[in-house]
Amino acid sequence: MAPPPPPQSGTTPPASVVFDTRALNRTLRRMADEIVELNDGTDGLIIVGIQRRGVQLAQRIVSLIAEREKVTVPQGALDITLYRDDLQTVGPRPVVGPTIIPVDIDGQHVVIVDDVLYTGRTIRAALDELADFGRPRRIALAVVIDRGGRELPIAPDVVGKKMDVRPDQRVDVHVNELDGKDAVILAPRTPE
Amino acid sequence: MTAPLGKDLLGIEPLSPDQIQLILDTAEPFKEISERAIKKVPTLRGATIVNLFFEASTRTRVSFEFAEKRLSADTVNVAASGSSVSKGETLVDTARNLEAMRIDMVVIRHGASGAAHFLAHRIESNVINAGDGTHEHPTQGLLDLLTLRDHFKRLKGLKVCIVGDVLHSRVARSNIWGLQKMGAEVAVCGPRSLLPSSIKDFGVTVFDRVDEAIQWADALNVLRLQLERMQAGYIPSLREYNRVFGISRERLERARKDILVLHPGPMNRGVEIDSDVADGPFSVILDQVTNGVAIRMAVLYLLSGAKPELAEQAKGGQP
Amino acid sequence: MSGHERRMSDVGKRALILKGGRVVDPSQNKDEVADVAIIDGKIDAIARGLAEGAAEYEVIDCGGLVVSPGFIDVHCHLREPGREEVETIATGAAAAAAGGFTAVCAMPNTDPVTDNQAAVGFVARQAQRAAMARVYPIGAISLGQNGVALAEFGEMVGAGAVAVSDDGKPVVSAQLMRTALEYARTFNIPVADHCEEPTLAFGGAMNEGIVSMRLGLKGIPAEAEEIMAIRDMLLARLTGGHIHLCHMSTKGSVALIRWGKEQGINVTSEVCPHHLSLTEDAVGDYDTHAKMNPPLRTAADVEALRGAVKDGTIDVIATDHAPHHYDEKEREFADAPNGIVGLETALAVNVTWLVKSRVITLPMLVERMSCTPARIFHLPGGTLKKGAPADVTVFDPAADWKVEASQFRTKGRNTPYQGMTLTGRTHVTVVDGRVVYRLAH
Repeated sequence: MAPPPPPQSGTTPPASVVFDTRALNRTLRRMADEIVELNDGTDGLIIVGIQRRGVQLAQRIVSLIAEREKVTVPQGALDITLYRDDLQTVGPRPVVGPTIIPVDIDGQHVVIVDDVLYTGRTIRAALDELADFGRPRRIALAVVIDRGGRELPIAPDVVGKKMDVRPDQRVDVHVNELDGKDAVILAPRTPE
Repeated sequence: MTAPLGKDLLGIEPLSPDQIQLILDTAEPFKEISERAIKKVPTLRGATIVNLFFEASTRTRVSFEFAEKRLSADTVNVAASGSSVSKGETLVDTARNLEAMRIDMVVIRHGASGAAHFLAHRIESNVINAGDGTHEHPTQGLLDLLTLRDHFKRLKGLKVCIVGDVLHSRVARSNIWGLQKMGAEVAVCGPRSLLPSSIKDFGVTVFDRVDEAIQWADALNVLRLQLERMQAGYIPSLREYNRVFGISRERLERARKDILVLHPGPMNRGVEIDSDVADGPFSVILDQVTNGVAIRMAVLYLLSGAKPELAEQAKGGQP
Repeated sequence: MSGHERRMSDVGKRALILKGGRVVDPSQNKDEVADVAIIDGKIDAIARGLAEGAAEYEVIDCGGLVVSPGFIDVHCHLREPGREEVETIATGAAAAAAGGFTAVCAMPNTDPVTDNQAAVGFVARQAQRAAMARVYPIGAISLGQNGVALAEFGEMVGAGAVAVSDDGKPVVSAQLMRTALEYARTFNIPVADHCEEPTLAFGGAMNEGIVSMRLGLKGIPAEAEEIMAIRDMLLARLTGGHIHLCHMSTKGSVALIRWGKEQGINVTSEVCPHHLSLTEDAVGDYDTHAKMNPPLRTAADVEALRGAVKDGTIDVIATDHAPHHYDEKEREFADAPNGIVGLETALAVNVTWLVKSRVITLPMLVERMSCTPARIFHLPGGTLKKGAPADVTVFDPAADWKVEASQFRTKGRNTPYQGMTLTGRTHVTVVDGRVVYRLAH
């Protein structure tokens, strides 16, 4: 990871909870509904989560859609490590997670799910990788937190919460499967 | 972690178990890429890789070429020959000339043990040993480990016997080191005239008869027997070798179930291995070939270095 | 000073006094601080106070240094004629002088081979012209070193050869070795053999053992040397000839030589400084500067060789100085030629690994490097007795210095000791009463 830019003026606020468990799950339910609404139903819908936490969130969304619509839409996982645009500067990332696209995406509506949208570079990489799998008729983006700070012209279609996060802060989405709890936490960025 | 394997991959002997684990784990997602319709990722786009093969080898070179192209690198094949006298100049001069053309990586196969070291110490590009003399063939050792792991879901405690001309085999050495580092038990079996006299110092069990080896082992790695060994007088004939040490269907059926048969290829059917074994249910030879591309992609990926000067420009770029 | 007068007629003759050094001359059981007076190329006297009132003498202050009979190297390769770009007799003799050697014996594996009177004479004359360390030619055993036809020992000795050898190669035929040993008796010269059974050693690049197995290099087993060593000693017993075994490198050879001497066989042998200090581990990552023949062996071999130097089973330490061109060594290990230079590091290696570690004493080192070589090869020197040729080495056994091959006087740069700090340095080398080397301060 490139070192963070120096903090802005003023002291960094202490950590705070953006969503507790109930709030996060409420948001995910709404996001699932919006995704179905965006697609006008579940036909041709494929939910693809970005490694790592996007995958768990995608799983949640697929379950929530199934609850409401009684249909289990296909779910995939995407590891974008090999498509990053900063590999030349930071060198190889040792951990490359699995990429699983279980169905043909040609002509389908793919919804990319990720935890936090920031500069947009991860999504750019994800779009490039999806292009190597086929040609969907539409790709949409659903994120739990949009923290601003875009460096590329990428816009989300479904957003859990939009917030302004200072560069000296970080926002983390915790999921039970990986972190032991469901929450969204805003905290000072610790120097790496 | 910018250079988890360092600058070069010259052998398995210098690797730690963690590094081997890393390579095997990294190979998994690369296997998936070879299953896609578009078998390409942009990871090494713009990188220039030279395959410098002083020994003819279609299979290894093609495997590396696929690995390189699937990572979107630019590949150049140089098939050099070297007479035993002029090899030294040829190797150094060829390498320096290539480096002057700003290449990123060299994959070298050469008939002299130590040739990859020789090159790595003299050029700044990453050097990958694709087989140096009778010393090491690390990517082969790694793909053998991956194949075993895929099948047995573990390496620790696995019993693997290497059968054949261990004395002259770089595949054997790489396998022995790789297996031992990952906690497997290693044995060798072959005519004593084709085993190094110090083989006990390698920490391996020695079987003089292949039936005993088959009784003991979970998997056999069957080495190619080269015609030159007979001509040089190490064994009397290929026929006798096949009778005494050849892996045949009858021999395997006398063993436990699930004994796996590996072979680095190319095979001498009817010499060290019979066709009905090579093509039979015990054989994972084709899996080895598939894994070979994935392992080589993983190695190329892990060696591709960071360029710190670009890190400055990238400051502020967050995912 | 009493009892010692200078006659007036002595003034004007070449006269040199080495003043105040520790004079170590095992040939006279001498180990004391004294002055050594040299007149007209001969040792004149050893006593204290010689320098006083000797204004007409050149005086060299040797305080804190050791003054010994000059070192004699019975085995080196000077490459001339044929490979003058790698070494000449002149550069080799200068390197020898810088290493404290007042005499060396040059092996005949030149191009063309030094196997006749004219060739031997050429080497002797080149050495005279160089006027550095003495160079005694060794003639070939067989014409062209082809192992077939005997060379003319008599003619070669007449032209100055002091021994015969096919070194570089072994004498493969036992019959030829037998004949050589018998024929050499006429001329009272040693026959020196490079002990290597060729079919066992063929293609080998280093010692056969755990390191060669790890590096994937074909090895030369210790038995390749031992088989020929015992063969040569049995032939020496059969013929009554004098066999000299070159560059012994294994524990097994030491045991065999011990047996041979117990049997009363006329066998002498040499060991090289590198076999007393380095093991096969020095090959490391295929470093060709650790490649020579016979190869570096195991720690057990090194220990046995050191013990043999100490108890005299091995008679002398010789360098087997073998310069090679940079390009030749700059290639894959199996293809690189065998050999390392040694004239300018021998003293330091021996002091560092044998004397400092108390395996042998300084007087014993002088014996192995000077007195015994002279004796077994019937050469002048090896002693500071009155009337002996004034071949003297003055050295500091305690000086630490860093080996820098680019500063060597030999043209060769192939040394495994590059960059190491060793102890023991030559300060002055005197040949025939002339100073041929002086350490620049």
